[in-house]
Amino acid sequence: MSDAIRPAPETPEPRVTVRRYSALTRINHWTLAGSFVLLTLSGMALFHPSLFWLSTFFGGGPTLRWLHPVFGCVLIVAWLFMFLRFAWANLPERTDWVWMTKVRDVLSGREENLPEVGKYNAGQKLVFWSFALLVPALFLTGLVIWDQYFYDWTTIPQKRVAVLAHALLAIGMITVWIVHAYAAIWVQGTIQAMTRGYVTGGWAWRHHRKWLRDLVSGRKRTPPATPAE
Amino acid sequence: MTITVNPPVAATAPAYGEQDLLRRSASSVPAPGRQLEAVSKLIDVSKCIGCKACQSACLEWNNLKEEIGVNTGTYQNPHDLTPNTWTLMKFTEWVNPQTDNLEWLIRKDGCMHCADPGCLKACPSPGAIVQYTNGIVDFDREKCIGCGYCVKGCPFNIPRISNVTHKAYKCSLCSDRVAVGQGPACAKACPTKAIVFGTKEQMKAHADKRIADLKSRGFDKAGLYDPPGVGGTHVMYVLHHADQPSLYAGLPDNPRISPIVEAWKGVTKYAGFAVIGLAAAFGFVHHLVAGPNKVTEHDEEEAARLTEGRSP
Repeated sequence: MSDAIRPAPETPEPRVTVRRYSALTRINHWTLAGSFVLLTLSGMALFHPSLFWLSTFFGGGPTLRWLHPVFGCVLIVAWLFMFLRFAWANLPERTDWVWMTKVRDVLSGREENLPEVGKYNAGQKLVFWSFALLVPALFLTGLVIWDQYFYDWTTIPQKRVAVLAHALLAIGMITVWIVHAYAAIWVQGTIQAMTRGYVTGGWAWRHHRKWLRDLVSGRKRTPPATPAE
Repeated sequence: MTITVNPPVAATAPAYGEQDLLRRSASSVPAPGRQLEAVSKLIDVSKCIGCKACQSACLEWNNLKEEIGVNTGTYQNPHDLTPNTWTLMKFTEWVNPQTDNLEWLIRKDGCMHCADPGCLKACPSPGAIVQYTNGIVDFDREKCIGCGYCVKGCPFNIPRISNVTHKAYKCSLCSDRVAVGQGPACAKACPTKAIVFGTKEQMKAHADKRIADLKSRGFDKAGLYDPPGVGGTHVMYVLHHADQPSLYAGLPDNPRISPIVEAWKGVTKYAGFAVIGLAAAFGFVHHLVAGPNKVTEHDEEEAARLTEGRSP
């Protein structure tokens, strides 16, 4: 038999499940995600003429123009809630620097060469802080160009800067989102953390071993999450 | 010059239309089959008496109603352009330091109909702003979404968004009148012929005569305002102090589309797609090369060992 043919690896049967996100967190996350998708689609319609057709899904141009900042208000509230609850878990640690210098091992999934990771690895923290800064910046530049309510607050030259900054920040936001979404797809078993709320023990062992150890030893690094009873 | 011609009694078909578009916002147009003769309005501020007949005529022709305002100690009323006031006499009192004379500078403000219109460049809605080959820049309210990008694009601070209709408004150069051989309503109403309308060439020739006249009266800086930074305009001024346009209620000295607007509508669009595309392409290629990062049976066993006795 040729070398090319190998027996399929057995699908691991999870023996342990670990709760990662509460229902409240998941609702929070998907409110954020839903408003982000709506903002992206409606924003892209205004960003480039070749995408103006997206306005059809929002009831046409004038309705889209009205809706986009409303979605933005939903997002900023969801963001604030998530930021306040998760900022502490995303504070940088010394091992994060080691993790980041081993980008090759990260990208090829050789996690045995990486330091043990707590609830979030350095990449996740980078995504978190990128969003944490981009969202309020987008919100503030958005207010400057929300002419219906805030036209008198700023001058036209200020609005020009804001509209350019808003576009650039949105590009940054979408790019970070691609990293975020791709990482969730690439690292299998991740998405169910946000859909069902739990991950397998193997997932926790492989990707967030320190987090798992802390949960087992009962050390209070991650307050609400405990191994499933 | 067409303004002295009375309108025909019989219905007249418009002399130009969709087929004569030079530019159309957020979309492209087929190369026009013919080039209409460039038109222009010429406003001679030295002949203006500030009577506001042009303002009234504009309201009248375009069926607009302005709210009753308040007096703030100037003749200027309303105080600025509004969604209903597409043209406005702006009054400036200026003491000429050379002569120590008080000069009452009156400028009819409104859309300049730029050859390179910043509003059209900024507009995201296909066809909401159009430019005809005769130079007229017009808004199509049916397609306007009220986003206010034209306000940011305009170097002259002209378009106004209505908080009632959420649409953008500005002078149309009476495109509907011009299409049937008439001059703009303001030009028709002007009692001193400070506002005249015709082909751009005629208007330049007319301006030359006026400038020569002004110079002979001691206004040696008299000149034509047809700013090259926006490719020239289809509304031009004869100014007695053409060296200082900003004297006239802040008429820009060197108007041009803001470089920020140019960057926003130019390089940002392509760079944005490139960055987003590269990120997506990286993910795609990475998945092809590295494959999914899967949890192994060994990981599950280790986890089970670690959590022994703590879970079922």
